[in-house]
Amino acid sequence: MALPRTPSQTVGPYLALGITGEDGPEVVPDGTPGSIWIRGRVLDGNGVPVPDGLIETWQADENGRFAHPEARARGETSFRGFGRCPTDPGGHFGIRTVKPGAVPAPVGGPQAPHIDVAVFARGILTRLVTRIYFADEVEANDADPVLRSLPDAMRRRTLLAIRAGDGYAWDIHLQGPDETVFFDV
Amino acid sequence: MADRPLGEYRRDSHVDPPNDFPAYHGSQYRAPRLPPILLPQSLTELTGPLLGPGRVEPGDADLTAGGRGAPIGERVIVHGRVVDSDGRAVRDSLIEIWQANAAGRYAHQVDDHDAPLDPNFRGIGRVVTGADGRYRFLTIKPGAYPWRNHRNAWRPAHIHFSIFGDAFPQRLVTQMYFPGDPLFGQDPIFNSVPDPRGRERLVSTLDLEAAIPEYSLAFRFDIVLRGREATPFEREDHD
Ligand SMILES: [Fe+3]
Repeated sequence: MALPRTPSQTVGPYLALGITGEDGPEVVPDGTPGSIWIRGRVLDGNGVPVPDGLIETWQADENGRFAHPEARARGETSFRGFGRCPTDPGGHFGIRTVKPGAVPAPVGGPQAPHIDVAVFARGILTRLVTRIYFADEVEANDADPVLRSLPDAMRRRTLLAIRAGDGYAWDIHLQGPDETVFFDV
Repeated sequence: MADRPLGEYRRDSHVDPPNDFPAYHGSQYRAPRLPPILLPQSLTELTGPLLGPGRVEPGDADLTAGGRGAPIGERVIVHGRVVDSDGRAVRDSLIEIWQANAAGRYAHQVDDHDAPLDPNFRGIGRVVTGADGRYRFLTIKPGAYPWRNHRNAWRPAHIHFSIFGDAFPQRLVTQMYFPGDPLFGQDPIFNSVPDPRGRERLVSTLDLEAAIPEYSLAFRFDIVLRGREATPFEREDHD
């Protein structure tokens, strides 16, 4: 008999207080070969920027390895893999990282390069989960089991980060005609 | 590690509040309108950041220290155990807390509630769970504070909790409440949890065993993160 779990609650408007320490937006140090900035905004259903949000990212290294015992069979890595960034008054966030390698799918595979993203904010009672894919990985994306499983192919583009500036651009639309695909993990 | 092959983290999202919860007005333009899409858990979801030892200083768990003097308010120990839904201790895992002071004011520039700041209280704490999943903070009981959700809306006294756990699906951000708060009935955030037994699990219990006589009361708040299903098959990594 499983123990009943503790429910989620919103982070509220003052979540920035809780964010201290070294685990910030710089997943890789400045000057890391192949490093990219993934920049974007969090927008509400009226297209208004969300200034009190937080995004967290989790991903494999360039060879598809994770710094975690569950993934030890794929080889050791010291890659941090985790990033987090509060949104600024304009709703902007940015994560400096490297593009991840392919990771196996539960059945078949591989999956296209992707980054798991969690979104927290006042007004969000339970964190939202989505994924970043890369628009320039055309072949891998076409074969990706998650992207292929989306019931509405049109919404697939909400998960695609587009080449821009010093990396990629990718916005999160919480609601509205461009609502981002969110996942039940 | 586990003594049997483990599969996906248990799918129990019905425990959490639905994001589409109109009584909480802040959700109106921020809650997605489309149902979430089922994501089979791959290695990306069976792993996650292991934020643990080395991330905190011993003093980080004492929110009453660090100022020029003692903060105003009722001193309380907040402690408990973090386990998964199979009862396994979640060890070496970062817990972050943030809260208002005894007057119900956050030390945050956006908080304009007309209540005094306390120069001796920042309201931020961090701790890493021990080998048995236990954690302990010393803090000040936060005050209730008003907000604009509805006429005479006040948040019950609460402490915000952030827990990482062992993998991406275990990540939890929640709030801890105090027993018997008269403000529960009118609070849409507390009542967004669909099951009354779920709401009860957000309420700490008075724990006189853990109190320090003539110094501090204690409240116990145990946290249960998602556990993993046992699988009859060994998972394979296909490349
Ligand atoms: Fe609060």
